[in-house]
Amino acid sequence: MNDMPTPASIGLSREDLPNSYIGRSVPRPNVPKLVQGRATYTDDVAVPRLVHAAFLRSPHAHARIVAIDTAAAAKVPGVVRVFTGADLAKVCDPWVATLEHLKGMKSAPQYPLPLERATWQGEPVVAVVADSRAAAEDGVAALAVEWEPLAAQLDMETALDPGAVVIHPALGDNLVFTRTAEKGDVAAAFASAHKVVEATFVTGRHTGVTLEARSILADYNRAEGTLTVHHSTQAPHMMQGVFAKQLRMEEGAVRVICKDVGGSFGIKVHVYPDEVAVAAMARIMGRPVKFVADRFESFVSDIHARDHRIKGRIAVDAEGKILGFDIDDRTGIGPYSVYPRTSAIEGNQVVNLCGGPYDFANYRCTTTVVFQNKTPTCQYRAVGHPIATAVTEGLVDLAAEALGMDPIEIRRRNLIRDDAYPYTSPPGMRFEGLSHHAALAKLLEMVPVERIRADQAEQRRRGVHRGLGFASFIELTNPSPFMYGIGGARISAQDGATVRMDPDGSVVVLSGVTEQGQGTDGILRQIVAHGVGVPVERVKVITGDTQTTPYGGGTWACRGAGIGGEAALQSAIALKQQILQVAGTMLQAAPGSLDIVMGEVVERETGRARMPLGELGRIVYFRGDTLPKDLARELVQTRHFITKEYPFAFTNGIQASWVEVDVETGIVKLLEHWCVEDCGRVINPLLVDEQVRGGIVQGLGGALYEHCVYDEQGNLLTTTMADYLVPMSAEMPEMHVGHVETPTNESLLGAKGAGEAGTAGAPAALMNAINDALRPLGARVTEQPFTPARILAALGRI
Amino acid sequence: MSTRHDITLTVNGERVTRLVEARRHLIDFLRLDLGLTGSHAGCEHGVCGACTVRVDGEIVRGCLVLAASLDGAEVTTIEGLSDSGEVADLQDAFVARNAAQCGFCTPGMVMAAADILRHHPDATRAEIREHLSGNYCRCTGYQAIVDAVESTLTARKEGVR
Ligand code: FES
Ligand code: FES
Repeated sequence: MNDMPTPASIGLSREDLPNSYIGRSVPRPNVPKLVQGRATYTDDVAVPRLVHAAFLRSPHAHARIVAIDTAAAAKVPGVVRVFTGADLAKVCDPWVATLEHLKGMKSAPQYPLPLERATWQGEPVVAVVADSRAAAEDGVAALAVEWEPLAAQLDMETALDPGAVVIHPALGDNLVFTRTAEKGDVAAAFASAHKVVEATFVTGRHTGVTLEARSILADYNRAEGTLTVHHSTQAPHMMQGVFAKQLRMEEGAVRVICKDVGGSFGIKVHVYPDEVAVAAMARIMGRPVKFVADRFESFVSDIHARDHRIKGRIAVDAEGKILGFDIDDRTGIGPYSVYPRTSAIEGNQVVNLCGGPYDFANYRCTTTVVFQNKTPTCQYRAVGHPIATAVTEGLVDLAAEALGMDPIEIRRRNLIRDDAYPYTSPPGMRFEGLSHHAALAKLLEMVPVERIRADQAEQRRRGVHRGLGFASFIELTNPSPFMYGIGGARISAQDGATVRMDPDGSVVVLSGVTEQGQGTDGILRQIVAHGVGVPVERVKVITGDTQTTPYGGGTWACRGAGIGGEAALQSAIALKQQILQVAGTMLQAAPGSLDIVMGEVVERETGRARMPLGELGRIVYFRGDTLPKDLARELVQTRHFITKEYPFAFTNGIQASWVEVDVETGIVKLLEHWCVEDCGRVINPLLVDEQVRGGIVQGLGGALYEHCVYDEQGNLLTTTMADYLVPMSAEMPEMHVGHVETPTNESLLGAKGAGEAGTAGAPAALMNAINDALRPLGARVTEQPFTPARILAALGRI
Repeated sequence: MSTRHDITLTVNGERVTRLVEARRHLIDFLRLDLGLTGSHAGCEHGVCGACTVRVDGEIVRGCLVLAASLDGAEVTTIEGLSDSGEVADLQDAFVARNAAQCGFCTPGMVMAAADILRHHPDATRAEIREHLSGNYCRCTGYQAIVDAVESTLTARKEGVR
């Protein structure tokens, strides 16, 4: 394993190995169309007889639907049809989002449109279909719904109290899931500790804000009995199964196509009732129906995430050795667990990940997941990681402060040793190989700590408050069936790739993983070019079509490179062997004596060119009569890949944030940011680096600006981009990215995921930097987002 | 329903005449009536910049301009800007630096960056960031975009010298 030569691994320049595209910053093939406005997003797909859907959404957090009068809406010019929950229930079954391996988890059946009650403000309740979106919205405005408002359960803290409004009476209470992980003797560790510090952390409820909103176009062909869905999704095969199951169809009768997808970040991997409603309406009407969420709809109906309150304690000895963590997490997930991944995973991840980078013996962590009448929450980029990292790293910094120890020194004393692997963490996570100390050393090469500390002291004398913060983190990537499959969800942890050579010697790869901007297409092209031995320009990548690509899970949880990439590499290598068999026969040479370099069959020993692949293709496809009758000549190979040894491939890294806090206004200015991460084999540094930066910005956004704010009635107040603040270019710092490479031994490629590292660590690094700046003033913040008001309140100024 | 207006304008150098509803904003007009889907609607209230296009030489937010007000105007979209070759070097720099990930913000970003190239050839990094700060990108960290604009400005200046 891992004997795949790359120029770096065998000490050669890349000119010596012209075929090797692994580790090279090759530009992505699909960017030219993006910069010229020639991409095709779902909303750009044109089909005949298209109609458009708009939804009436609940104006109440919790209300009974007494009556729906559709008569006036049906008369609005352009309106074709109006659908209620009862109409859709005739063709569409409800779903319940639980996983069997999350013991005791419960949730309620959810319909595309509710039958009796709306349970959050923004829930789709009635659909209007018209010949334009504008006419459909006119129709929605003409609907008359009689509501009986009900008491709403908004506060997650009181959701299990005796007086709570039980959102689903059939379930008995609002408890969705709870789990405690316990290891060692926590009570004894805390009793004997030199210092115990504690804090309560809040991570604000926020959401993904993909610039392309959720989009779907579903078309049912009555003659064929087929449903074709153009969908802005990360997981086309999963959605194929969902549409088939809910609409009582055969999986093979459903085709899901994703052309270009305008960002996802976990937002587009879930089943949304309005999207299923669109498929159901297309099924009923026998014609194409489109729905593209507007920004208001995105804010109230895209999944939210990270609505957690966490009480944490850390115990350390006099030398700064961590003795234990004791953590209690509470999260509210809205009125339904989201199908099919469920909304209990985020809390479960907090239990799995707290304390993750450190070597310590005693651990207790409980998560309690409850229902409430707010927008449903579910998996969003770096699921649970930013929460666990903020708690862990916040507590470690507090412990260092209590001990009078440098934050770098306390980390150095406690990070798991680089030679300690394989290692099992207290909550039972198995690490194959991490590099915390190498990453810290690399970070300290990049961050001019001495200069920064000198500047900090100098600025303080002038009344300017700057701070430097650090955060180590681990990240879960390449998930096996242990993530969802064992719980009964039809979510593939395996992925496949088909690689073929066409007559002109060019290569096509069809893959089950998908592209939403990460560069999946780019890395697959590099991997296949490398594996077959052709220039990258000769490889075309096809993804995002359930009818043509091998079955797979799609792109989520950082599995595109690690799982999809390995499948592509294995099929490319198999195709190469097949080509060399044929070439050997043509050239009267042993296949083993030949190689393929830059699209040419060559003699392995001498590099002498023997035959271009285009010539081999010509003979195989057009003059097969000249080849021996029994020669196998399929120039196409398919391989699948799934991880088998470890449930997850963990990665690690460390970030540093350098900020200035204006103590008069409470505004935080981001000065500079660093991240070192170890995602195993780096396939394309250009892609990984900006992917990490984008992740950092998303993490910083959640920690500084982004917040889904509700009023006391449960109305979401932040429903425009002027109210819900996202990070823009002027506020973002310059970011420096470094790498340590610890490839996984599970695959030849050795790649792990890189997409979530930035988001996992940035909020914690920022929090620690702000608190470093505030420390001399005796102030501290632990509640995200760190708004000016919260900072001024911590300073006692308001 | 609202009233309709007859408008004639130039879009990417071609003359077009259409009957538009008074409420039709420019971005819907371009996308739905003319099939120019390169410009995107991200928020439809003037915040995200995905809809940035050029009207009479200045960049505007297509979601804040009513098509009915554009009789006689000259509109350039990403399609026209690309075909003209005016920013081919900038687009190459976006490709080379991976300054577009999902690409949904990219046409608006390129339109806004083209404005920097035209009007602010000496812009510093901070000024580039400031100028692009009305264009939201969720995927990149903005840094690759700033790099692409900066390197294009530098290359153009060196080319002049
Ligand atoms: S769509 Fe015009 S600014 Fe967002
Ligand atoms: S590249 Fe996706 S929003 Fe900018």
